[in-house]
Amino acid sequence: MIEINEMNISFLSKSINESFARNVVASFLLQLDPTITELADIKTAVSEAVTNSIVHGYGDQNGIVYINAKIFDNGKVIIKVKDKGCGIDNIERAMEPLFTTGIERAGLGFAVMQSLMDNVKVQSKLNKGTTVILEKNIIRRYYNDDKQ
Amino acid sequence: MAVSIQYLNGIMTAKLSGELDDHTTQEIRKNIDAQVEKRHPTILRLDFSHITFMDSSGIGLIMGRYRIIKFLGGELQIVNVPLRIMKILEISGMRALGIDIKGVGKND
Ligand SMILES: Nc1ncnc2c1ncn2[C@@H]1O[C@H](COP(=O)(O)OP(=O)(O)OP(=O)(O)O)[C@@H](O)[C@H]1O
Ligand SMILES: [Mg+2]
Repeated sequence: MIEINEMNISFLSKSINESFARNVVASFLLQLDPTITELADIKTAVSEAVTNSIVHGYGDQNGIVYINAKIFDNGKVIIKVKDKGCGIDNIERAMEPLFTTGIERAGLGFAVMQSLMDNVKVQSKLNKGTTVILEKNIIRRYYNDDKQ
Repeated sequence: MAVSIQYLNGIMTAKLSGELDDHTTQEIRKNIDAQVEKRHPTILRLDFSHITFMDSSGIGLIMGRYRIIKFLGGELQIVNVPLRIMKILEISGMRALGIDIKGVGKND
């Protein structure tokens, strides 16, 4: 598996940036020639992770959300969404469907990420922040030799 | 405007359009709740035909309106749900809650 491209963005934790973030990542992934469904799945998962950083990680505070995305020659995509917010004390419980500390929230963000992506990992430290790692294998429909 | 609301004979129809995320649901929620509080409809119908994106914030929006309308003795209907959005609703298991959900072009 050879890495063929990488991107990084960072932006303020404002809710208006949620659509900016998912659309930037989707645009970057277009070079893998994903299906509409694959792209929509990733967009939704990125939206979930970014929203969590903004809503839960930083809450009323202003912070910076970081996204790193890498793509590989076999079609693998690894996306990291990171915040330096409040962190999660019990990751297992946080990932349970319907668990929420929010108001007017379904508590389904992690469930949605897990069902749309091939793998979801969460690293978190209280008062240090949270990183969500989303992985998906895009099916290569033709072989692209171009390594730029 | 991401939501336009019509009221006729006890039925309130909220036509949503665009992308349903944490940012856009804030405004939509306020608009719908203000009208529901004013009119106390017996049916609140959310028309999803022009929704192009939805994440779990949209599910939160639906569940919140469901609670309010149930409290008022009314009923919630979700209609014209595009296939893509249906996928997210299926993940959330919302049909199990007893919410009436209809896809695009379907009557059941
Ligand atoms: N980046 C984060 N920083 C701090 N806490 C988080 C973070 N991400 C998730 N959490 C915690 O995990 C819980 C579950 O997250 P999840 O996305 O599954 O549901 P939700 O955000 O509460 O609701 P929904 O996503 O359905 O709107 C959150 O309520 C919050 O307590
Ligand atoms: Mg969430």
